Amino acid sequence: MKKYICNLCGYVYDPEEGDPDNGIEPGTSFEDLPDDWVCPLCGVGKEEFTPA
Amino acid sequence: MPTAFKAIQICEDVYWVGAIDWTLRDFHGYSTSRGSTYNAFLIMADKVTLIDTVKAPFKHEMMSRIASVIDPSKIDYIVSHHTEMDHSGSLPEVVDEVKPEKLFASRAGAVAMKQHFHRDLEPVAVADGEDIALGQMKLTFFDTKMLHWPESIVSYLHERKVLFSQDIFGLHLASSERFDDELPEDILYFEAAKYYANIVMPYSPLVKKLLKKVEGLGVEFDMIAPDHGPIWRTNPTRIIKWYHKWAEMKPENKAVIIYDTMWKSCRKMAASIADGLAQEGVSAKVLEIGSTNRSEVATELLECGAIIVGSPTINNNIFPSVADVLTYAKGLKPRNLVGAVFATYGWSGEAVNHLEAVLEEMKVEKVAESVNIQYVPDDAALEKCRELGLCVARSLKEKLQVE
Repeated sequence: MKKYICNLCGYVYDPEEGDPDNGIEPGTSFEDLPDDWVCPLCGVGKEEFTPA
Repeated sequence: MPTAFKAIQICEDVYWVGAIDWTLRDFHGYSTSRGSTYNAFLIMADKVTLIDTVKAPFKHEMMSRIASVIDPSKIDYIVSHHTEMDHSGSLPEVVDEVKPEKLFASRAGAVAMKQHFHRDLEPVAVADGEDIALGQMKLTFFDTKMLHWPESIVSYLHERKVLFSQDIFGLHLASSERFDDELPEDILYFEAAKYYANIVMPYSPLVKKLLKKVEGLGVEFDMIAPDHGPIWRTNPTRIIKWYHKWAEMKPENKAVIIYDTMWKSCRKMAASIADGLAQEGVSAKVLEIGSTNRSEVATELLECGAIIVGSPTINNNIFPSVADVLTYAKGLKPRNLVGAVFATYGWSGEAVNHLEAVLEEMKVEKVAESVNIQYVPDDAALEKCRELGLCVARSLKEKLQVE
């Protein structure tokens, strides 16, 4: 599973870690993140992410 | 308790109790030629509240200003909007001295405090939209993540219609005057633009989101009180309008030429390029890095439409000073620019390729053939440079017409 990076703040979404603080289980691929998921660091949407 | 420094009342029940840094000239590489202020505010509500603190060496000045209004030990609440040390450097000592009932910060702010001070100041975390009652007054917090740190928040004092906006809407300017209407507009515009370019520009998409959210809330401002520079009192929406404009990053009829030079070849080339731009009616700003701080380059990039970069080749690479400025400029993420490259060399000509690669990384649309000259440009070479200027100017003008 691919990591994705936030174009704005540089946060890296690592599917192996997920985003447990925001209810995203480890092992969740970027594609499977809900549409309303936002960057936990700066708050922009999925569309601001590119493959790392 | 010393009271040599006095508080300045900004409206009923609210005082400025910050510090003026008259001699600051270098703020982590940002040239602050007019100094700065670290603003802190005291709200004389039932719950006496201190909004932000100051850089550590200025603690005495702030405490003195507070003491001119009230015994600092009477402070009930302290709010920390932003953990950067120009606003929190004195926080641990102030907490020890004042022993407030509560210290408020965002959740990320609470973590950042520990990572700065390596002790637990026991902050209470506040969420986006959360209110705290100061007795007869109410303070509401708003999340401003990455404007310009992850833990940044702002707050709004309902009864006085004051927005405490931390670094947002701030500028570096040391002055006796505390209000925008006491200072010349051209200086305010320049310093606010410089601040935006150097601190806020990379997060412009978040600025747009924030401004939209604020408009949606329908909140009225009598004052916007940032953590640096004057308080926006007369027509406080003026700075909001400027932020709207800057966040759009629309191209303007100006080209910025950034270069450095070893034996004045690049200097001559830059002058010819500027002539070509002017011939087509595009304003040129020629910035030789040897005499221009990187933060001044950033300011020029905020309101322009083209970037033209030049460098000598040294040891198969670009000049270190050019790499410095371009690394900085790239991080600030200016957008919607067209551009071109010029370079010189002695026996190998790598600088031109390096510069082209940097422009590509910066998402600049290259609109002219690069000019790469051996040793010293002759008239024919300078003519090529003029053509480069003409070419960039025509592309920029076309782009401006379409927009």
